[in-house]
Amino acid sequence: MGAIGLSHYLLLSAALFAIGAIGVLVRRNVILVLMSLELMFNAANINLIAVSYFRPDLTGQIFSIFTITVAAAEVAIGLGLVIALFRNKDAINVDEFNLLKG
Amino acid sequence: MNLFWLIPLIPLVGVIVNGLFGRRIKSEKVIATVACATILTSFILSVVAVAGLAQLPAEERHVEIVLYDWIPSGVAHLSDGALHAELAVFNVPFGFLLDPLSAVMILVITGVGFLIHVYAAGYMHGDRGYYRFFTYLNLFIFFMLILVLGNSYGLMFIGWEGVGLCSYLLIGYYIGKKSAGDAGKKAFIVNRIGDLGMILGILTIFFTFGSLEYSQIFEAAHEYPLGAGAITAACLFLLVGAAGKSAQIPLYVWLPDAMEGPTPVSALIHAATMVTAGVYMIARSSALFALSPIAMTTVAIIGAATALMAATIALVQNDIKRVLAYSTVSQLGYMVRACGVGAFSVGVSHLMTHAFFKALLFLAAGSVMHALSDELDMWKMGNVKKYMPTTHWTFLVGCLAIAGVPGLSGFFSKDEILWYAWSGPHGHPIFWAVGTLVAGLTAFYMFRMYFVVFQGESRMDPEVEAHAHESPKAMTVPLMVLAVLSVVGGYVVIPGVLRIGPLAALHQRFNLVEWLAPSLGGESHAAVATTRDLLLASAQPAIGLLQEAEVAAEEASHGLELLLMLTSSTVAMAGIGLAYFLYIKMPRRADQLSEKFSGVHRVLWNKYYIDELYDALFVNRTMDAGDALWVLDDALVDGTVNGVGHATKRSAAASTAFDNMVVDGTVNAVGYELTRSSRMLRAWQTGYVQNYALIIALGIFVLVSAYLFL
Repeated sequence: MGAIGLSHYLLLSAALFAIGAIGVLVRRNVILVLMSLELMFNAANINLIAVSYFRPDLTGQIFSIFTITVAAAEVAIGLGLVIALFRNKDAINVDEFNLLKG
Repeated sequence: MNLFWLIPLIPLVGVIVNGLFGRRIKSEKVIATVACATILTSFILSVVAVAGLAQLPAEERHVEIVLYDWIPSGVAHLSDGALHAELAVFNVPFGFLLDPLSAVMILVITGVGFLIHVYAAGYMHGDRGYYRFFTYLNLFIFFMLILVLGNSYGLMFIGWEGVGLCSYLLIGYYIGKKSAGDAGKKAFIVNRIGDLGMILGILTIFFTFGSLEYSQIFEAAHEYPLGAGAITAACLFLLVGAAGKSAQIPLYVWLPDAMEGPTPVSALIHAATMVTAGVYMIARSSALFALSPIAMTTVAIIGAATALMAATIALVQNDIKRVLAYSTVSQLGYMVRACGVGAFSVGVSHLMTHAFFKALLFLAAGSVMHALSDELDMWKMGNVKKYMPTTHWTFLVGCLAIAGVPGLSGFFSKDEILWYAWSGPHGHPIFWAVGTLVAGLTAFYMFRMYFVVFQGESRMDPEVEAHAHESPKAMTVPLMVLAVLSVVGGYVVIPGVLRIGPLAALHQRFNLVEWLAPSLGGESHAAVATTRDLLLASAQPAIGLLQEAEVAAEEASHGLELLLMLTSSTVAMAGIGLAYFLYIKMPRRADQLSEKFSGVHRVLWNKYYIDELYDALFVNRTMDAGDALWVLDDALVDGTVNGVGHATKRSAAASTAFDNMVVDGTVNAVGYELTRSSRMLRAWQTGYVQNYALIIALGIFVLVSAYLFL
């Protein structure tokens, strides 16, 4: 078993991203969709930090901190939207919301 | 005297007061007082003015007052043949002329007019249009005074048209009656024909003399030779105008119908004043007529023919007002004939005496009608004298006067006419014979009416008879005044042969012929027409020549004059006697006679079928022309309009179809196409967030794949 290298991290990140993406696409519960989104964010963060670590450059780590900050704000907005939706339709199922159907 | 221009304007005040406020005044007394007071004021002013005029020496009796320039228009070209300036300024002043002729006229108009106003105040009592009636009557007096006082043909024409208008309004006064409206229209249209002649005459005068003022025209007329074409034309045109207004052949047909108007109107307008306007106009234009023997002869023939024709029609009429109407036509013919033979002053004298006795006869007839519930048929009267003594004796005076019984006014003026018909400058024994015959006929038909209406047995409806009564004072007093005038009115024209004793003294003081002489330049002119060169050479005024000629003629022919006078008086007496014989002594004889001569009777009864002839020749032809024009209008004008309308509708339909199919079709097709194509695109727009996310993911996958592997 060799030492844990960059590719391990990248694989982990890819797997995590894939799981998040699939969650976003297939889950019906809005809360879970948001949580899947968070997974995708964190996959990207792992990617950034891993690359930063293996190539001595701090830029990636700083960038990921920005991402986390932005993600926190995004979640706040997202949960606000969920509450608004729930108040309107008494549901948090994504399928219920198709007002923009052409 | 210098205020005489106020005379015509004062009746206008009455017109304004009664015309604008009459409807509100309501009180008949106030309306009648205003109307009568204005005429009385005019009459008093006239008397003052004429008295002032009489103070002047004969040659200076010509007072002109120009109030302002009425038509101050530019320059008018005259005919090439004009003797005077090549250019004349068409300037018509609004001015009045007081001279002996207009003096006589204004006295007659305001005097008789005032009496008739007073009479009308009683006669029209209770009429709904009381104020309207007096407004028209005052307006008539105003225009009539303008007519006779104007100092130019232009002003005369204003009056001429104005009195025609008033005549029309008053004939059709009873607006609910169709026959009255028809009579008004007839009078107006027939007068219009005459007025056309009048206009042509006036224009010819202006064309020839370059002025419309009497003084200038008559001054210039002396320079023209006897029988000048332009003057003959002007005179013949004027004669057409006179024939219309004074009811001469061939335009007399309107006057008998004009009796549809109220009786005071018949008396004032259609007997005493307006219808004499033609005679006045001829007398006023005497200086022109005297220069045209053709026109004079035409005037005399028309006058004589009218007098005879109307007198024969009057013989058989049964409507009392119609008898008087035909009598008026006949007497007007007398006056015109007098002018035609060159005795203008005698024509004007007869105008005056006729105004007295014919107004009297009309008013008395109106009084009878008033008492007998508006009955007009003399065969439904009889013995009316029992109920109406005043009306009876005044009517008798009128009949005696018009019949020419010696001593009354009609005798003097009629006899003078007959004398000049024989001996006048253009006279001829035939005119005398016709005149004498007419005098006999006049005496007969007037006394026929008198006997049938006032004497004999009553044929009245018992109900009518029960209401028969003498008329009120307002009506009888004017009758009495007019009766007095009918007697004494003639003593201003005393025939030469009778100028003896007290009559000679009277003749010295009051001589209408001499009084009129300064106005009637044409008369002296006519007297010496054949010796015109002598007149021009002589320094002596033409009047002197006339008087010399007259004196010479009188001395030479006193015997003849006396003979003619006796003849005409005898004829008149015979007419009265015959009437007495036929209608009182042997009443059946008249019917037998009319049966024996039923053909003649029928022709006379139908007034020579003149109305029918005019209907056939002119009235119906005019209507035919109207029908033809209607057809033209219907087919051509309406056809065109309808065709245009139809074509517009058609083209509008085509335009609609184009709009519906092409324009709307295009718009709809575009819309439809967009809808259809968008239906496919709509399928992509599901509204599910996850679908979009999937598509984004696939897109990224494809793009990254392409980036990595291509």
